[in-house]
Amino acid sequence: MKVLRSINITIRRREHVPRIFELLIPVCSAVVGLVVCALIFLLQGIDPIYAYSEIYRYSLGGPIQVSNVIRVMIPLILCATGLILVFRAGVWNIGAEGQILIGAIVATGVALFVLQGNTNSALFIFSMITLGFIFGGLWALIPAILKAKLDVNEIITTLMMNYIAAYILQYLVYGPWKGKKTFGFPITDEIPPQAHFPLIPGTLIHIPTLILAICSIVFVFFVMTQTTLGYEIKVFGSNPDAAKYAGISKTKVILITMFISGGLAGVAGAGEIGGVHHRLIYNPWSISANYGFTAIIVAFLARLNPIGIIPAAFLMAILIVGTRALQITFNLPVGVINVFNGSILITMVSMEFFRHYRIVIRRSE
Amino acid sequence: MSIEATIVSILRSIIYISTPILLATLGEIYAERSGVLNLGIEGIMSMGAVCAFIITFTTGNPLLGVLISLIVGAILAFIHAFVSASLNANQVVSGLALAMFGLGLSSTIGQRYVGEVLRNYLKPVPVPVLSQIPIIGPAFFVQDIIVYMSYVLVVVLWFILFKTRWGLYIRAVGENPYTADAMGVNVIFVRYVCVILGGALAGLGGAYITLAYMPTWIEGITMGKGWIAIALVILAMWDPLKGFLATYFFCGVMVVAIRVQVFGANPYIINSIPYIATIIVMILGASETLRRRIGAPAALCKPFIREERAL
Repeated sequence: MKVLRSINITIRRREHVPRIFELLIPVCSAVVGLVVCALIFLLQGIDPIYAYSEIYRYSLGGPIQVSNVIRVMIPLILCATGLILVFRAGVWNIGAEGQILIGAIVATGVALFVLQGNTNSALFIFSMITLGFIFGGLWALIPAILKAKLDVNEIITTLMMNYIAAYILQYLVYGPWKGKKTFGFPITDEIPPQAHFPLIPGTLIHIPTLILAICSIVFVFFVMTQTTLGYEIKVFGSNPDAAKYAGISKTKVILITMFISGGLAGVAGAGEIGGVHHRLIYNPWSISANYGFTAIIVAFLARLNPIGIIPAAFLMAILIVGTRALQITFNLPVGVINVFNGSILITMVSMEFFRHYRIVIRRSE
Repeated sequence: MSIEATIVSILRSIIYISTPILLATLGEIYAERSGVLNLGIEGIMSMGAVCAFIITFTTGNPLLGVLISLIVGAILAFIHAFVSASLNANQVVSGLALAMFGLGLSSTIGQRYVGEVLRNYLKPVPVPVLSQIPIIGPAFFVQDIIVYMSYVLVVVLWFILFKTRWGLYIRAVGENPYTADAMGVNVIFVRYVCVILGGALAGLGGAYITLAYMPTWIEGITMGKGWIAIALVILAMWDPLKGFLATYFFCGVMVVAIRVQVFGANPYIINSIPYIATIIVMILGASETLRRRIGAPAALCKPFIREERAL
């Protein structure tokens, strides 16, 4: 007791926040996430060093593997850049998963039923992506309008819309869109070859969406730093009351950010159809593949800064590709990625404390 | 089927679907009353479900499964309590992280049990006398222990929250933590207790899913029930008794909708009804003035920060 009493620990609010935390927090969070997962692997009787070497081998072990990682980065980047806009505005879009599905549904529908017989590949790609954007955005507008006009909490509504999007997809593949050449399997027919997105030769990287992913980073960077909208987003996000007195329209900020965010997720969905699956399959979550949720981690790892998106998406894509391999080697489920997601995010949010406060340990007389 | 038997079967289906959601709702009411929003319910429930399943499967004793679900739920909620009450972190992010973590971990540890079926699940135990009442008896009082716990908890939690000094402290902490602090209430401690209680109940709700509702394990077995519970807290007006009514009403609508399927509706449309209904619940409880009038805690989601404090 005497020892305890003589040491005085207090928590003080920092007067200014060292910039190093912008780098320290994501790096430490990622490390803690990896350590937590290593412990869980151990509990499962899996040698964590072997597991991580497998993750490395399947994600960075060779040019094909790296191209796989880049392919997974595409939807992550598209979703995460959109999420930066909404999160900066203080709006919680947890519905990217469903917005991806809507983009995928629309892209498949256009390719199979609207443009069938057309030979112009560019027309296919353009309409799939554009309509994916519009419908993904419209899907996100539903919770956005509810929030802007009726103050409906968007966390739950965007989440619920994920399930609804998944059931719409299942309804289509088991019902009206079930393929005629699929031997009764609940999948749609393959979209025509001219609707397939061109790939970088020798890889599985679909070019149009790769370009759009890079553009989306530049776009969000430009919006946040160079435009009035970006300023309005920042003010509204940090203090909605101040924004109101400054004459910033709440409705405008919420609707625009949600539309862009949903739209970019929709583009990601269109990319997964045009570039990867080429058809809808009965398990919706194997198309959206947790990209929508993982993009939340990407956005936070990037500290809601477009510049950080690429390294953050790269790391998470490695984990996604790597854990896919673990599914086969160790019979682990797809959900393992969520253990990474959860532990990284919870560490990140805890470390904010140390950004704002410092712990002072003193010996009292 | 006689009319009486039909009513009993409908009531029993409502209880089946309601019980896990009700338990999670009761827990979330306590967490939110103390000012902490716990979005991790879905993950906690999933962990409760998988741990109850694994323990029951290996030991053959479902009561141990029930116990472990309470413990696991409490431990996970402790993380959220620590991060949000002690570290003053953003409760939305922390809760989401917990939901992801719980969902991921449950599917990881449950993988090798996929496809196994429990032989010793929770069996209904008729309550003497009460189970003899026509319709009500066979519907409500020939159930398993978790269902009975949910009845008791509704009353006990309501009583504590509104009729005891402890309840007053909890509500004070959720309403204005600084005043509560000045009154001498340990704000952080109250928040810990409420969040951990909420987690234990969500875990118990999960146990009901794998031990009684569907004695098997598959990834994603909770199917969004945790998120629905969070929405139902609003319909429950942060009151355990109304929580009971709200959950049973909500699930009653579900059950009727599922019965309609008999007349030829599409199963995928039917399946999406709970989620559409949840959005409608969110819309009904949306307006801030309405929320305040029906009992939303004023300090919900707001950390309690004293500028300088000693550990």
